[in-house]
Amino acid sequence: MKKEDVRICVMRVGGTNCDAETKRAFEDLCVKAEVVHLNQIVNRKNLLSYDALVFPGGFSFGDYVRAGAIWAKGIAAKLGRDLKKFVEQEKPVLGICNGFQVLVEAGLLPGFDRVSEYPQAALATNEPTGYRCKWVHLKHENSGRCIFTQKIPKRQVLRIPIAHAEGRFIFPREQEKEYLQRLLDNDQLVFRYCSQEGEYAGGAYPANPNGAFYDIAGICSVDGTIFGLMPHPERAYYGWQLPDWTRREQVPKYGDGKLIFESMTEYLTKKF
Amino acid sequence: MSLYIKTDVPFELNEIRLPKANNKQLLQISKELELGLNLEEMKAIQKHFAMKGRNPTDVELQTIGQTWSEHCHHKTFKGDVVTENGTIKSLFQTYIAKATMELNPDWCLSVFEDNAGIINFDKGVALAAKVETHNHPSAIEPFGGAATGVGGVIRDILGVWAEPIACTDVLGFGPLNFEHDKLPVGVKHPKYIFSGVISGIGCYGNNMGIPTVNGAIYFDETYVGNVVVYCGCIGTLPKDKFVKDAKPGDIILLVGGKTGRDGIHGVTFASAELTEKSEEISRPAVQIANPIEEEKLKRAIIEVRDCQLGSSITDLGGGGLSSAIGETAEKSGCGAYVELEKVPLKRMGIAPWEIYISESQERMLLLVPKKNLREVLEKFESEDVKATPIGKFIKDKMLKISYQGYKVAEIEIEFLFKPPKPQRTARWKAPSYEEPRFPEPQELTKDVLKILSSPNVASKESVIRTYDHEVKGNTALKPLQGRYAGPSDAAVLKPLEDSWKGVVLSCGMNPNYGKIDPYWMAASSIDEAIRNNTAVGGRRIALLDNFTWGNPEKTDRMSTLVRACQACYKFAKGFETPFISGKDSLYNESPSGPITPTLLITAVGLIPDVRKTVSMDVKQAGNLIYIVGQTYPELGGSEYYKSRGFLGKTIPEVRISQARKIMKSIVRAVDLGCIKTCHDLSEGGLAVAVSEMAFTGDYGIELHLKNVPRSRSMQRNDFILFSESNSRFLVEVQEKRRRDFQALMDGVAFSVVGRVQRKRRLQVYGSDESTVVDASLVELRKAWKGTFGG
Repeated sequence: MKKEDVRICVMRVGGTNCDAETKRAFEDLCVKAEVVHLNQIVNRKNLLSYDALVFPGGFSFGDYVRAGAIWAKGIAAKLGRDLKKFVEQEKPVLGICNGFQVLVEAGLLPGFDRVSEYPQAALATNEPTGYRCKWVHLKHENSGRCIFTQKIPKRQVLRIPIAHAEGRFIFPREQEKEYLQRLLDNDQLVFRYCSQEGEYAGGAYPANPNGAFYDIAGICSVDGTIFGLMPHPERAYYGWQLPDWTRREQVPKYGDGKLIFESMTEYLTKKF
Repeated sequence: MSLYIKTDVPFELNEIRLPKANNKQLLQISKELELGLNLEEMKAIQKHFAMKGRNPTDVELQTIGQTWSEHCHHKTFKGDVVTENGTIKSLFQTYIAKATMELNPDWCLSVFEDNAGIINFDKGVALAAKVETHNHPSAIEPFGGAATGVGGVIRDILGVWAEPIACTDVLGFGPLNFEHDKLPVGVKHPKYIFSGVISGIGCYGNNMGIPTVNGAIYFDETYVGNVVVYCGCIGTLPKDKFVKDAKPGDIILLVGGKTGRDGIHGVTFASAELTEKSEEISRPAVQIANPIEEEKLKRAIIEVRDCQLGSSITDLGGGGLSSAIGETAEKSGCGAYVELEKVPLKRMGIAPWEIYISESQERMLLLVPKKNLREVLEKFESEDVKATPIGKFIKDKMLKISYQGYKVAEIEIEFLFKPPKPQRTARWKAPSYEEPRFPEPQELTKDVLKILSSPNVASKESVIRTYDHEVKGNTALKPLQGRYAGPSDAAVLKPLEDSWKGVVLSCGMNPNYGKIDPYWMAASSIDEAIRNNTAVGGRRIALLDNFTWGNPEKTDRMSTLVRACQACYKFAKGFETPFISGKDSLYNESPSGPITPTLLITAVGLIPDVRKTVSMDVKQAGNLIYIVGQTYPELGGSEYYKSRGFLGKTIPEVRISQARKIMKSIVRAVDLGCIKTCHDLSEGGLAVAVSEMAFTGDYGIELHLKNVPRSRSMQRNDFILFSESNSRFLVEVQEKRRRDFQALMDGVAFSVVGRVQRKRRLQVYGSDESTVVDASLVELRKAWKGTFGG
């Protein structure tokens, strides 16, 4: 597929608010991205006409129950069958922040058995509690499964900001060990929080900004085509978005977030 | 005989026997219906209805009460003020608007008229800016008060068809360690208010996805009973999409949330002093926030704007429907016919007058030509937002309201907007403060650390991080700079994809100076706002004024207001920075006394290329540190005096011709790339500025006070280090640019005062070259961050 033929659906519902900058990132890479309301896709029944699906950040439906839960149920109820086909065709699905919460709530991630009826993980209230907007360091852990990080060498440290109150990735306590092992065995682990120097945060604040289990910041599905992460790569896309670009002699053109969008685009053009 | 007659209709509607009421009864009516009107105003209404030969209904009286309230009509700023030196006809016209009219820049597209000021930006896009106060509600219910303050100012921006791109917030609280026993009855503890207000602000902005990029937090004893909550918003507006041209026949469309009993008499409440009973009586005046509703509302409105389907728009804020419909009709030269029963309600059994003045949140008013109605309704439906036609504009310049087929109000629009002109009296009494006397300390490290940790100076990182300042991905200079999260002087946004031009947002506020002289307080706030903007490279600055004052019916409060306004005119004119919008909150008095006069100045500037933005963290060892601007012995109201328990007398003045020249020179040096780092000198003076630059950049600085350009009388090291004289900057310049920089500073006071060093220490040498400060960056950072954490 040629770059210019790619059509990406950036889905939104009431309360989604990172759609415009997410769309902008794709467009900078010369692929077409449309911001589409869930209602529109349901009415037009055209989810499968898109090549990739993105759930951007925000507070879908106010997140008045568990973050992402309402949107996840809405999709299951209204788009369940189409979404299943979409995923089976190995079209990429990306969830950023609230989008990651949606993918977990929808049972698509970690998705040890493809799609699970009940969530197998959760993005719980931050520890320490509270909403936090800050830049964090991420270590790339994936050995090649995840199609969204193909352009990032393993162990590379990335800098991308977070902004959330519910980002503590956890597994059910009794399955913690087993699930982690499956995550590692399947090469589903993608990003872990680390220090500027690349040492794992070890669960400790501030390097781990939310108390996530095993410092997990992002994971992918078993086949690597579904990816969710708490940090916002679209806010680290351009160099001028970095928190300290004014210290550089030259303003860098791009930030680390670009690598994720680029990898995804490249997968699309190569695979389809 | 009762003053009220229940009318024979199947809902609650009362007539009021106004025409025959005596003075005492008139005031009784005003009080019982919570109209907040004085005798003169009641008499004007009485006369009007006597002429008509009928009793007014409660709907009519409430509508008039709302429209004539201080909050909606700004009586104090529009009325006459009798002073020792003659009568001032309208503070607003004489001082605030006058500066703008005289400067009359072509980039000011709409000032003072609309919900927000509108100025030109780039590529056919304009900027809309507005700052609101939400003090009274926040004192009663901090979370809801602050959240709806943000929601309200965002709707002000939507109210000129602009898309909100960033919020600002400036807050004032009582000291967080205020003794519980000293708290007056009915006043909530500052700590409770602090945490409520901050989560309220974060909740609204974050949920709506609008970054909160600039602000400040001040602590003052007079804020104990009178919390200060300023919420600002800025938006972008394609100029060709702006329309305010409603015609008779256009449909009045109420969009957004449902109407309830929350927010009844909000404006009357905002125009009165707080008492110990406020909690009980005025809780219904505080609205309930639902940011997601407003997020959807915003999407739909922007759609309607882009398709050019509306003919006018305004927000429902203070006064609810009564203000929105009245004001839009008046400005459009129309009348309005409203069928109140069509308004969607949160619950049944709400009386017509309540529906008409309710301030329930997340509602806007659109005027839509009939032919576009269906399409507009579809736009709202697709966003899951309620949109209800509730009436139409008519030729006849009357406000006609019906409810279930019964006429409940019929008032001439002209009468509604011609309240009796109030008169206030101002008597200025200069306070007799004295300069404190104490010996000069030999060693100032302890003082530097103490001031860095003082609540007004200390890092607010723990608060700022709870606000999303990056959503939309357009924040080029963030409120917290770099790894060590230093305090940026201003925020820079890059709102347009196809342009490098940036919007620069900053603010200035000096409440402590206001205790000594509100004139120089206002001048200093203006200088500070402009200085902060200039420091990062901002220019072509527009100002917004927000006054938070005590009861204007008291002559001393009025006189301080007059003085502040006089300075607003003089310095806005002098800096060539027009005011484009403003808002006042008066009657900030509580059982703990009046608020100290608090003027917030917000500055909206431009930078031609965001990539030229200068931050405040030092960049490289070996570079030179310059001070620009003259230092005077001006320590009245300073953090240094405060840390020693003094207020002092001599507060910073603004020498306008020097000041203007300094700002221009700095901007030119930024453009020519001569400046690596720039930071303004404000609270805590040179000491705080140099510390912040050092510990944010993680390089040491050695500084020599003997080289600081200053008035001849200034010998004391502590005064040089802590004076808060205006119009000063610290600038980092590379050795190779020394000449260029010095040439650019021709004609202004400046001097090399130090150097960036690899050694991570701040070392300050006094006028006799003795060491007066020697501290590690770790110590300095710890002091600065320790107070509130981060």
